[in-house]
Amino acid sequence: MKFRRIYSIFLRQLFLIKSNPVRLSSLFIWLIIDIIMWGFMTKYLNSFGQNVFSLTTVLLGAIILWEFMARIQTGIMMLFLEDVWSQNFINFFASPLEIKEYLSGLVLSSIATSSVGFLMMLLIAVPLFGYNFFVMGFYILPFILLLFIFGVAMGLFITALIFKFGPSAEWLGWPIPAFMSIFCGVFYPISTLPHFLQVLAKIIPPSYVFESARLIMAGNFNIWGNLFVGAILAVICLALAYWFFLKVYKHNLKTGAISRFSAEMS
Amino acid sequence: MGPNGAGKTTTINMILGILEPTSGLIKIFGKDLKVNRSEIMEKVNFAAVYAHMPANLTVLQNLQVFGNLYQVKNLKEKISQILKDFDLEKFKNDKVGRLSSGESSRLSLAKTIMNEPKLILLDEPTASLDPSVSKHIREMIKDYVKKNKTAVLWTSHNMREIEEVCDRVMFLSHGKILLCGNPKTLPKEYGKKDLEELFITVAREPLSLEDEV
Repeated sequence: MKFRRIYSIFLRQLFLIKSNPVRLSSLFIWLIIDIIMWGFMTKYLNSFGQNVFSLTTVLLGAIILWEFMARIQTGIMMLFLEDVWSQNFINFFASPLEIKEYLSGLVLSSIATSSVGFLMMLLIAVPLFGYNFFVMGFYILPFILLLFIFGVAMGLFITALIFKFGPSAEWLGWPIPAFMSIFCGVFYPISTLPHFLQVLAKIIPPSYVFESARLIMAGNFNIWGNLFVGAILAVICLALAYWFFLKVYKHNLKTGAISRFSAEMS
Repeated sequence: MGPNGAGKTTTINMILGILEPTSGLIKIFGKDLKVNRSEIMEKVNFAAVYAHMPANLTVLQNLQVFGNLYQVKNLKEKISQILKDFDLEKFKNDKVGRLSSGESSRLSLAKTIMNEPKLILLDEPTASLDPSVSKHIREMIKDYVKKNKTAVLWTSHNMREIEEVCDRVMFLSHGKILLCGNPKTLPKEYGKKDLEELFITVAREPLSLEDEV
């Protein structure tokens, strides 16, 4: 892997964002709306004063972490679509660029764009709604890492679907985070779900993050087992998503779809 | 050369490593393309009428992105030189989508030579250009090839262009090489007046030529 080639993918995205304020604002506008809306909602719910822990920390914290993961996923997808729309595949894939370098470039760019969104959410949630980012101590780091790995896995998976079925598969990428949040216990404990959905939740890595976060809020710091299982599952998801992308890439190499891949193909 | 659907672009795509051959082996610089694609592509580049540079980046940004992609040494100096050589200096901050066909082709060509390739693949590089711009583009390519001793694989439907730039021509039809030789002498060898007449025969009656071959 050559870092300079990975950097060139990142550079392309940087140029696009730099040269267009609309692209720049798209990195955080929805997040700001989300945080303000949920911020006021938690403020209202807190006003009942019957909660054993701060809803600001639990709900707003969950929103911030979940949006971070979702942004990683959609970020990778959008960057890939950028190459579809500009019919740039042939330029990239007929160059010395290796597929793992291309994907690393997408991930690197997505880290940058989702970090901007993450920072913006904190800049609003902390001063406006009193959200304490450090209430979970250093546990926040493994939480973020695990969500990041799973976000990348989901991003690669959706990207592979678009690569296989064409740009119209983009619509699959948008509802997936919201759909998964139902089973991951982002806003409520997994025990709230019916039994068969609890089984499903146990194979989705982010479930372990949000269950662990709630345990910490309840004063139970014995979460390492939970996080270990979540991390293993996230790495498995990442490996499977990468394998799937490679499989689609090799299929497209055989059919000639790479040179003819464009927004009009499906 | 060859009629539409003969396999010219398919051949170029296979050499670029973006289409896997159904059988056989492609070796470039003595190395197996399937195993050493990335290494080989460091010394190869291409321009094609259908391969557009990203239209939403400026000329300068495109050269920076592709310069890094091909790991060009002393990139800043290289870009300055290329902008000058290809008369693109005044457009360097313009989005590529706003360029004319001629300017766009010059940019594609600038990208093509920026890694100083030893093999250049050109798929109808002058297809959408007026005769004056086409001539200019041909001269730039010939000039580069002369200075750098580079091999060029060039597809075109412009017979005069082929006669002017190629040392050797291959006629393809249905994915097979039908004829091969010097473009200046080949028509006479097959009893044809010029390349155009030979081309039409290949396109309409490939079997008659196959018999002769």
